[in-house]
Amino acid sequence: MSREKEKNKASISLAITGSGGAGVMTAGNLLLEVAAQAGWYGLMVRSSGPQIRGGEAAALLRFAHAPVECLDDRFDVLIGIDWQNIHRFADEIPLDAASVMIGDPDQSEPPEVFVKRGARYAPLPFKQMAKAIPGSWPNMIALGLAAGLCGLPADSVKTVLQKSLKKGGGEKMAANLAAAEAGYAFAANVPAVPRLSGRVTQRAGRDARWLITGNQAAGYGAVRGGVRFCAAYPITPATEVLEWLAPALPKIGGALVQAEDELASINMIIGASYGGVPSVTATAGPGLSLMTEAIGLAVAAEVPIVVIDVMRGGPSTGIPAKSEQSDVNIAVNGLHGDAPRIVVAPNSIADCVAATQWAVYLAEATQSPAIVLSDQYFGQTRAVADPPADIGLTTERLKPSATAEAYKRYAITESGISPMAIPGIPGTAYTADGLEHNERGLPSSQSDDHVRQLDKRAKKLAQFDYGARWADIEGEGELAVVTFGSCTGAAREALARAAAEGIKARLLSLRLLSPAQPERVAAALAGAKQVLVVEQNHTGQLYRYLRAEYDLPGEVKSFRHPGPLPMRPGEIHQQITAWSRS
Amino acid sequence: MNSTVAAAPITAQAFKSDYKPIWCPGCGDYSVLSSFTKAFAKLDLRPESVAVVSGIGCSSRIPAYTNCYGFHGVHGRSLAAASGLKLARPDLTVVVASGDGDGYSIGGNHFLHACRRNVDLTYVVMDNHVYGMTKGQPSPTTEPDWDSKLSPGGTGLRTFNPLVIALAAGANFVARAFSGDPNGTADIIADAIRTPGFSFVEILSPCVTFRPEQREWKQLVRPGPVTSTDDAARAARRIMTDDGFNIGVLYKGERKPYQPPIGKGKKRPSDLEAEFAL
Repeated sequence: MSREKEKNKASISLAITGSGGAGVMTAGNLLLEVAAQAGWYGLMVRSSGPQIRGGEAAALLRFAHAPVECLDDRFDVLIGIDWQNIHRFADEIPLDAASVMIGDPDQSEPPEVFVKRGARYAPLPFKQMAKAIPGSWPNMIALGLAAGLCGLPADSVKTVLQKSLKKGGGEKMAANLAAAEAGYAFAANVPAVPRLSGRVTQRAGRDARWLITGNQAAGYGAVRGGVRFCAAYPITPATEVLEWLAPALPKIGGALVQAEDELASINMIIGASYGGVPSVTATAGPGLSLMTEAIGLAVAAEVPIVVIDVMRGGPSTGIPAKSEQSDVNIAVNGLHGDAPRIVVAPNSIADCVAATQWAVYLAEATQSPAIVLSDQYFGQTRAVADPPADIGLTTERLKPSATAEAYKRYAITESGISPMAIPGIPGTAYTADGLEHNERGLPSSQSDDHVRQLDKRAKKLAQFDYGARWADIEGEGELAVVTFGSCTGAAREALARAAAEGIKARLLSLRLLSPAQPERVAAALAGAKQVLVVEQNHTGQLYRYLRAEYDLPGEVKSFRHPGPLPMRPGEIHQQITAWSRS
Repeated sequence: MNSTVAAAPITAQAFKSDYKPIWCPGCGDYSVLSSFTKAFAKLDLRPESVAVVSGIGCSSRIPAYTNCYGFHGVHGRSLAAASGLKLARPDLTVVVASGDGDGYSIGGNHFLHACRRNVDLTYVVMDNHVYGMTKGQPSPTTEPDWDSKLSPGGTGLRTFNPLVIALAAGANFVARAFSGDPNGTADIIADAIRTPGFSFVEILSPCVTFRPEQREWKQLVRPGPVTSTDDAARAARRIMTDDGFNIGVLYKGERKPYQPPIGKGKKRPSDLEAEFAL
């Protein structure tokens, strides 16, 4: 119990739910801004039903005074603006006897599935209260209530609302400020939940924190890496990457074009990059499936491109708006022929900037396709984060130094990387080809040309110096947790809890999934006796990939479950403690 | 088309590579290749300022047979690759080479949307009513009763009318040419390149190996009886009622090409950070 209490002091978790039109996401986003205003860190995960509009929605929030990377094991507070279909979120919003539910008694009682968990209940007539303040909305009452419950300063609520409601005019602002105040005051009537202390000093100016989603971050990382062209086909949950890039690219001299399908978008960016302009597209599993043939073209013709895959539940259409790490197989193996490619996985929302920037750099430097494996959790979660540092690596495509007498586009070189001419330059015209070719780029079906070009393409990725960025390695101990992507935050938190109990363990979060780095992994895992591979999919795709590519030391276990439920720190912690004591 | 002005007029030969085509003797595509190079010379382009983009098939082998920058991509996606290239590099002259299988079957969707999008490209489809590279299967323009191993007795499907489709979808320039008239075809290709927006040139280019009866096309083709129009409905009526052997420019429109202003914005990426900062 004491540890539980301590943990709760370090962070607080709230869920705001309601049916479509109740303003759940607005209230959640504003609450996140209030927390940011008060100097807290936090994040908001979006979860919604399949309806285009009007379905049930949940804003899942967690706040702390230190950076927050994942949802907690449980929620302290559940606010139901209404309860319509909210039982569908039962698994996503774990409650217990220490939790509190607040709902509108005039509409219905809280869903049985939540009541059964023993959570305490405090009725609050949202609709009636909003009605009493003409022009106000129930979700603003929920916002004030939530802010009050987790200990946010009232003036932060006011500041954020004044800014947000500026357009609505004086009466609307006054009404909703009053509604938020009423909600805030009501928090005193609710059974106590742990609170965080109020205002924290925050940095300003260039060090000011960012409020950003993973999808925005990936888009920004791409342009920071030098991308100036994007071809886009909408797909959940990647669309926001493209919608962020659409107005951003023209401002910096680039362009985004909407394509007719993913076959077009991938081939468009290959065409643009062949023309010398670093290019990106973003998609999700179904789109990545359609793009695989052309990604193979980028391998064979050696055209640098970056494909951001915001993973969602699969296979097929799967669960479009919910997260899963189940595109590892297609990313690392999903092309026909022997087709080396780069696969990079960001391991936090802020890292979506740096990892995508790095992917652009790697693609350009090696003249290869790079796949960025983000996921719906990163993509659509909005977080308060420290501004990610510019990794200082920008586009550097090797170009022919002078007009060579006999330019060979696919010349065999020491590094495997050959100078890439850009259309417009006299004397170096060549044909980029998906057909196997000789050094000049002319089609060839001869064995020696095939072997030499296969060797060249494999070598350029195998020999490239990826530096320290290939993985995050933390802690020490004979037990190692190996993971990637959005499981990293939960794993890191699980290891911190284990460390607090005296269990030593290390974390290896792989940022570079492909090409495999056997020597680096061997060094990172040297001395490990137990290796726990953690991922969010059904078949253990990372585990199987690791078993195929690496000699892992000691005993190796896979811990996994598919989406849409997030990997929670508690379940990893439990694995660690059980195994370390066995 | 911003080619560098040459000191002396450039010749068609300057656009030809030393790489020997894989085509069968008598293939119409040899003539089309020569029409490409003649058209480029006629427009006084420079090889480095031209990109020839293609997909997969006999006709799609053309890029490497020129001295221009070439892109030989995957089956059916030449228009997508070419659109990306032209949008990113509006300074280049981009010409796309395709065939009736690559362009009308697997690439059909891109054809529709390339016409709609109206990027300043020239799309040349060498139509021989057959898949030649895979050795004789029916394409969308093959007659419904044409017998083959893959579709014994014929496909029974009505033929695809690419010119009407192009008009309906919004192509800005529509023409039909015949490979047996390389000079006339070069003139049409040059006109297509000169006309802003998406220009579509369908070239009847016989496959003497799998469709030897197409040798007869020489006797069947004739110059179209009327000059081109800027009225798409009139052009569509004309093409719907002809026998498929009228040669010439059918339609020239006035649509403004689609070209986002690449290179205009002058902000730095770090200027975009303001929207994230608290």
